[in-house]
Amino acid sequence: MKPILEVKHLTHTYSAGTPFQRSAVEDMDFAVNEGEFLGIIGHTGSGKSTLIQHLNGLLKPTEGQILLRGKDIWEEPKKIREVRFKVGLVFQYPEYQLFEETVYKDIAYGPTNMGMTGDALDHAVREAARLVGLRDDQLEKSPFELSGGQKRRVALAGVLAMEPDVLVLDEPTAGLDPAGRENLMANIRDYHRNKGKTIVLVSHSMDEIAQNVDRILVLKSAHVLMQGTPEEVFARGEELITAGLDVPQVTRIAMALQRRGLPVDPAVYTVEALEQQLQQLRKGGTVC
Amino acid sequence: MLKDITLGQYFPGNSIAHRLDPRTKILLVVLYIISLFTARGLVSYALIAAVLAVCIKVSHVGLRPMLKGMKPVLFIMVFTGLLNLFFTPGERYLIEWGALRVSDTGIKNAVFMVFRIMMLIMGTFLMTYTTSPIRLTDGLEALMNPLKKIKVPVHELAMMMAIALRFIPTLIEETDKIMSAQKARGADFESGNIFQKAKALVPVLVPLFVSAFRRADELATAMECRCYAGGEGRTKLHVLKYAGKDYIALACGIILLSGIITLRKLGI
Ligand SMILES: Nc1ncnc2c1ncn2[C@@H]1O[C@H](COP(=O)(O)OP(=O)(O)OP(=O)(O)O)[C@@H](O)[C@H]1O
Ligand SMILES: [Mg+2]
Repeated sequence: MKPILEVKHLTHTYSAGTPFQRSAVEDMDFAVNEGEFLGIIGHTGSGKSTLIQHLNGLLKPTEGQILLRGKDIWEEPKKIREVRFKVGLVFQYPEYQLFEETVYKDIAYGPTNMGMTGDALDHAVREAARLVGLRDDQLEKSPFELSGGQKRRVALAGVLAMEPDVLVLDEPTAGLDPAGRENLMANIRDYHRNKGKTIVLVSHSMDEIAQNVDRILVLKSAHVLMQGTPEEVFARGEELITAGLDVPQVTRIAMALQRRGLPVDPAVYTVEALEQQLQQLRKGGTVC
Repeated sequence: MLKDITLGQYFPGNSIAHRLDPRTKILLVVLYIISLFTARGLVSYALIAAVLAVCIKVSHVGLRPMLKGMKPVLFIMVFTGLLNLFFTPGERYLIEWGALRVSDTGIKNAVFMVFRIMMLIMGTFLMTYTTSPIRLTDGLEALMNPLKKIKVPVHELAMMMAIALRFIPTLIEETDKIMSAQKARGADFESGNIFQKAKALVPVLVPLFVSAFRRADELATAMECRCYAGGEGRTKLHVLKYAGKDYIALACGIILLSGIITLRKLGI
């Protein structure tokens, strides 16, 4: 698979040279492949937000490089805006960035900055609104009249409207109710499937990551702890738990069963997969 | 970024300078400033410099933050220095260069003037570096308490100051965050002329004001929920109390000022 983004020996130090100096990212190395859905998980303060702000050049590496399609994004600092249009970043709690009089205008802010006008702009805005499940009559409302969850959708649409090749989402579902979470994740999954764009999802919820992504990157205190497919990562469930992280509920059940002596493989993360294993065990005549 | 503004930042610590009562420190700074402006001769300045050096030493803040804090006023210092250097009339002129003449008193004045500003800033910074803003406000409120008699709203002023101090860092952080979010959508704050730049700030200012008002609203509700009803009859969790070290420190301050006054009479 071809990498679209490569992070090479990335280090970022906040407040360098003062008593408050600290590295939030240290010597990280990984790649994001074209068209994949990558999940990033890690403890509070492990450097997730700091890391992803490098991907579109909002933060400049203290050391190391970010390559977008093989080209260092800081090669021409003047052209960093182009990078930001290609790598769309949706911040943690993005609803606080809304500022326009109407939802429509707010979503149009990004594409307008790209130089889009007329029909193309209108199309981009309506398409993005549709993708996140906003109704047409909501487009003419003031963003400040909407509920928190709806605001979040508007903010997401504001980035989607730029049609970035890579969409980076920082905890998009934080603070939403379970139905809202699932709904938003479904929108994101659809976008990934229908448009074939690359997605990087930062999340606190192992279950959310397990259900959606192709590959997982686990961060721990500014370093990459593991990376691999969900099976590979959850096979090291014990290690994740020692690192103070969670595993999906299903994996936890499988691990507990294994501890009690059942021959199950703990590297499962969907209910179906565990069920299948258990059914097989029952057929095999083992006590369940 | 915006957060790097260090003017009057607090450096947590546990030195004797940190543990003094904030009122003591405010009074000491006042005594120190009066001494500084009373001083005339070299000996007086040397004495004050020595006292300041000792204070910096015991505060464990270190010289570097002190010097760094001076950056914003560097321009004023240079300006004052040059003005004094070139435009002080004196008996002997060492350099004459058209209208610019440097006299012996000019040099002396320039050096003393710059020195005085430096000492003034270092002294006050030492206080803000070693006192948390909340304690400083407490101290000011306690010291200004007598003014209540002449209907000065001391408590309200102190509360406003405390709230402002509490929220300035939050708002700066928020500004940073909103700017980043808009940059991610292609906002451009750097290029263009002054009008374009001002216009580019709208997407930052609107969310910032919205959030500031929301915070103010929430804070007001939270305060009301805890039955805040102004300063009348309100007691403090941390009651300020002078200890032995405060009396000693104040005595030192008074001795310094008397010493400087005496030296001034002697003309040194
Ligand atoms: N602007 C900043 N200035 C100084 N230090 C910072 C700044 N932003 C983050 N940090 C520090 O860097 C570390 C990593 O922060 P970061 O926001 O990247 O964590 P995170 O993994 O996104 O956490 P969370 O899950 O809570 O969002 C933290 O210890 C934080 O204190
Ligand atoms: Mg974060």
